[in-house]
Amino acid sequence: MSQHPAIELVGIDKSFGAVHANKNINLKVEKGTIHGIIGENGAGKSTLMSIIYGFYQADRGEIRIDGKPLTIRDSQAAIAAGIGMVHQHFMLVENFTVLENIMLGAEGGQLLARGASGARRELKRLETDYGLDVDPDALIEDLPVGKQQRVEILKALYRSADILILDEPTGVLTPAEADHLFKVLKVLRDQGKTVILITHKLREIMAITDEVSVMRRGEMVATRKTADTTVEELAELMVGRRVLLRVEKGEAKPGEVRLSVKNLTVKDSRGVTMVDNVSFDVREGEIVGIAGVAGNGQSELLEAIAGIRKPAAGEILLDGQPIANADPARLRALGLAHIPEDRHHMGLVLKFSEYENAVLGYHRDSRYGQAGFLDLKAMQAEAVEKIAKYDIRPPNPLLKTANFSGGNQQKIVVAREIERDPRALIIGQPTRGVDIGAIEFIHRRIVDMRDAGKAVLLVSVELDEIRSLSDRILVMFAGKVVGEKTADAGEQTLGLMMAGIAA
Amino acid sequence: MSTASVPLPNWITYGLMPLLNLLVAFFISGLVVWWIGEDPIAALKLLIEGSLGRGDAIGFTLFYATSFIFTGLSVAVAFHAGLFNIGSEGQAYLGGLGAALVALALDHYVPWYVTMPFAVIGAALFGAAWAFIPAWLQAKRGSHIVITTIMFNFIGAALMVYLLVNVLIVPGKMAPETRTFLPGGQLPKLDWLMAWFGLKLGPAPFNVSFLIALVMAFLVWVLIWRTKLGYEMRTLGISPSAAVYAGIPYGRTVIIAMLISGGLAGMMALNPVMGASARLQVEFVGGAGFVGIAVSLMGRSHPLGIVLAALLFGILYQGGADLSFEMPNITREMIVVIQGLVILFAGALEYMFRPAMVHLYQRLRRA
Amino acid sequence: MEFYEIIISILGSTIRLSIPLLFTALAGLFTERAGVFDIGLEGKMLAAAFASACVAYLTGNAWLGLLGGIAVSILFSLIHGFASITNRGNQIVSGVALNFVAAGLTVVLGQAWFGQGGRTPQISGEARFSPITLPFADAMRDVPFIGPLYANVISGNNILTYLAFLAVPITWWVLFRTRFGLRLRAVGENPGAVDTAGISVTWLRYRAVIVAGFLCGFSGAYLSIAQSAAFIKDMSAGKGYIALAALIFAKWKPVPVMFACLLFGFLDAFANFMQGKAVPGIGEVPVQIFQALPYILTCILLAGFIGVARPPKAGGVPYTKER
Repeated sequence: MSQHPAIELVGIDKSFGAVHANKNINLKVEKGTIHGIIGENGAGKSTLMSIIYGFYQADRGEIRIDGKPLTIRDSQAAIAAGIGMVHQHFMLVENFTVLENIMLGAEGGQLLARGASGARRELKRLETDYGLDVDPDALIEDLPVGKQQRVEILKALYRSADILILDEPTGVLTPAEADHLFKVLKVLRDQGKTVILITHKLREIMAITDEVSVMRRGEMVATRKTADTTVEELAELMVGRRVLLRVEKGEAKPGEVRLSVKNLTVKDSRGVTMVDNVSFDVREGEIVGIAGVAGNGQSELLEAIAGIRKPAAGEILLDGQPIANADPARLRALGLAHIPEDRHHMGLVLKFSEYENAVLGYHRDSRYGQAGFLDLKAMQAEAVEKIAKYDIRPPNPLLKTANFSGGNQQKIVVAREIERDPRALIIGQPTRGVDIGAIEFIHRRIVDMRDAGKAVLLVSVELDEIRSLSDRILVMFAGKVVGEKTADAGEQTLGLMMAGIAA
Repeated sequence: MSTASVPLPNWITYGLMPLLNLLVAFFISGLVVWWIGEDPIAALKLLIEGSLGRGDAIGFTLFYATSFIFTGLSVAVAFHAGLFNIGSEGQAYLGGLGAALVALALDHYVPWYVTMPFAVIGAALFGAAWAFIPAWLQAKRGSHIVITTIMFNFIGAALMVYLLVNVLIVPGKMAPETRTFLPGGQLPKLDWLMAWFGLKLGPAPFNVSFLIALVMAFLVWVLIWRTKLGYEMRTLGISPSAAVYAGIPYGRTVIIAMLISGGLAGMMALNPVMGASARLQVEFVGGAGFVGIAVSLMGRSHPLGIVLAALLFGILYQGGADLSFEMPNITREMIVVIQGLVILFAGALEYMFRPAMVHLYQRLRRA
Repeated sequence: MEFYEIIISILGSTIRLSIPLLFTALAGLFTERAGVFDIGLEGKMLAAAFASACVAYLTGNAWLGLLGGIAVSILFSLIHGFASITNRGNQIVSGVALNFVAAGLTVVLGQAWFGQGGRTPQISGEARFSPITLPFADAMRDVPFIGPLYANVISGNNILTYLAFLAVPITWWVLFRTRFGLRLRAVGENPGAVDTAGISVTWLRYRAVIVAGFLCGFSGAYLSIAQSAAFIKDMSAGKGYIALAALIFAKWKPVPVMFACLLFGFLDAFANFMQGKAVPGIGEVPVQIFQALPYILTCILLAGFIGVARPPKAGGVPYTKER
């Protein structure tokens, strides 16, 4: 081993318009180690890695590979410097074979036939060296996600990468697949490769890394030896202050069953079963939280209840009335409000004015105009009221929604769904990408809804959020509800259930 | 450095940049004129005189503009719902059939003002019907509407030629056209309107359909920004996923938007068929459907912008015709070149100057 | 044997009518497989036809005419690339615009230069691609069945016809057997994969549109200096759109593209043949049915009634690196 670090960043700085994504970042990653980079969503991790991979140019600063300063102008330069990257969203051509994907950009000559046999041999070698078996002639679209990720890793290794960057690699994996990935990463490290693992999951950092660096709001705030730190310390470094996500709330007073899901099965667009024979009830005056690793069927469950995705089998009842085949407009009329997981994709039309979004989904209501016409005055008057009540800033209903901050955008959605006084409320990731102040506000509102006797179903991948808000917790794993716990269940118990280990 | 995320004030985005794009298109057109050995400035003068210099010239300009308002609105309505309707040309062609059938059926019996509402409905219905199949294919089978509407332009053209040659033709005549409508099947000229401004209309076929076009422009504005249907169309056009979330039915909205779009295109036929030639002829649309794309792009899909852009294209068409008469070296097709360049610079290259604008604007603000 | 002669004659014109479609559809294959929609095939073909006729007329050399056509067609491709790749403009709008520019400019320039209402002067002799008689064509003529087929359908075409059919296997080979083809297909499906593999998406797409321009140059030259002997106003007459239909009908695959073009060419030839003739029991079949049939068939295909037409996934979407 030489004394130079595999990769060293000195004073990296990057802004996008007014957003200062990376501020004077310094980082050293030693050779033959697994180095974790942890931080909340939006802390600047992905931007930093994109700079290393040549996707963006840093405004200032220097990258040193093996001690030598290097300008990485594009991905090609990064590849040449021995850097490989596994993106969060796979960069694969779905109707190509594994072999074609691996050869793309490293074909070994103008003619494919010339490089193909060599590529096959090399793949075979990588397979035996690292335990990355995958059929070279399979089409990507036929492979499960875990194998697709393996192809991404193979792509990097095939280009003889010495430094492998993985961006949130376990977000889409089942726990078994994630375990296998970690084994592979350890093998890679033991063979002398350097691995950089970007994640916001503390558990993964503790399980596999040798060293960990913490990012917060664009800054690199600390680097620790993993053996010398604790989950608590890292969490505090990530968030910046010791957050007690405890929401003050009284005892729940559950009443009649409002929302009932019976033997529900939901498939995704590819026909894969994502929700598998799930049953549960939500009573008035309680918050039922659904915990689980992202991708275990929570999103599909939420969409099925909201009328966005047709269930393959099973029943959904609201106040005893079947609603499995109702469309979202009808569900709203029946008193089911929905705060969607992704406000940019679903909850808001970003090009609309604030007041136009304040009625999205409820726009057919006669209070916003008779006989098919829109009553702009009524819409705006109501928007002004909500803006005041929810402290949405800037307080301008005519402003384009894209110009509000994440927290204020989410408040627009929350205000719209809560202020209709629904009978039941289903919520996905209520505080994703939302600042602390708005989080507390939104949590308060959700508890108020419960206390007003509404049935609340909450889906979140933030276990802390689930634990602090829910009265009952259901854990989903691989499409099934694997168990139910009360709100005081320990983090460890829930974590094991989420990993599909204990029930 | 990326400039895409830097916001610019509206007067630059909606005023300065379109103007700049237009100027570039005209500048290159001028180069073409210069290239073939004519004086661009003289040509421009002739073009403006030929389109705005006399009463009848203005009449022709407004006559062309009328057609373009209809087709421009047609393209814009579909565009608001996220659909690119390239089929306005064929929908207008079929709309002519609807208008002609009404005129042929009623012109013996009733005065024009009784025929007119039926003709408007007939033209709109036939235009809408021709938009329906591509709309249905998009809504239910996911077939790309750009491709299907192109195909339907050709299918429509074949159908209309067949009908005119074999069915609607006056027995014993050679020309593939219907008989001439009686006054009860014609739309009267607007000479009184021109007289208000002290202008003589002369032979120009500027007619009542212009007023219908203005009413439609207003109604489209109401539809898009003041009705719930328009709200749903805009939601779908900007964010299909948000539309699903909001319970806005995709298929229904697509089909309704296309029916309205096709109906507006169909109404374009009133102008040439009932307002000018008083009969249905082969290829009477003459590319107005495609001009609608340019008009809609330039007008930023807003009815007011569309009316203004339609006037501009009316000036080009009439002025260009006059110009080719005065300068035989410049054929009428020069208009088609200008039209192409306007679509290129106002449409496909609409953000070409944006990065430069951002830099200029930032420097201006710092100063 | 009269029936057989009719078939031979229809097949002969099928070949002649298919060639411009074939070059153009293969051109579209390259751009659309690379994720760039090209409505502007029609305009490129027309512009190339005009340029070929002008150059051939001035130089008296058909090959120089072809080169002129190719050059102009590539220029149009580059404008399309500048608008839709570099400036990330709407590809359909750009294509529509270029069709107008071509339709107008050919006539404006033609009138200004030659003064014949948009026509170019007649060209003849070396300035045209003349039919080539293949070996033994005359000797074979009297052999029953195969003779007329060889002499009148296979032999007696100009060189561009044979090049068109040669272009099909070459296109297949380039697309599926070369590095360029692999990258081209990849960039039409997932440009992100190409970009992260260290390949320039922009340059790759530019190369695709340049190849398309190159091929449209051939189809234009075929129209004006092989099939005809002059450029005539609007002589592409919607063939660019039929080629587009053929491309979709063939589901973006080279060999099926050839068959689709032959089918559409056959419909055209058959319509010409049927003009004014009565079918026993039915009467005269309107030619418009045959004219509309390629478009109707394509719509039926697009509706998913004949298999599924899966267009390249990234088609029509300008590439931007995500933030």
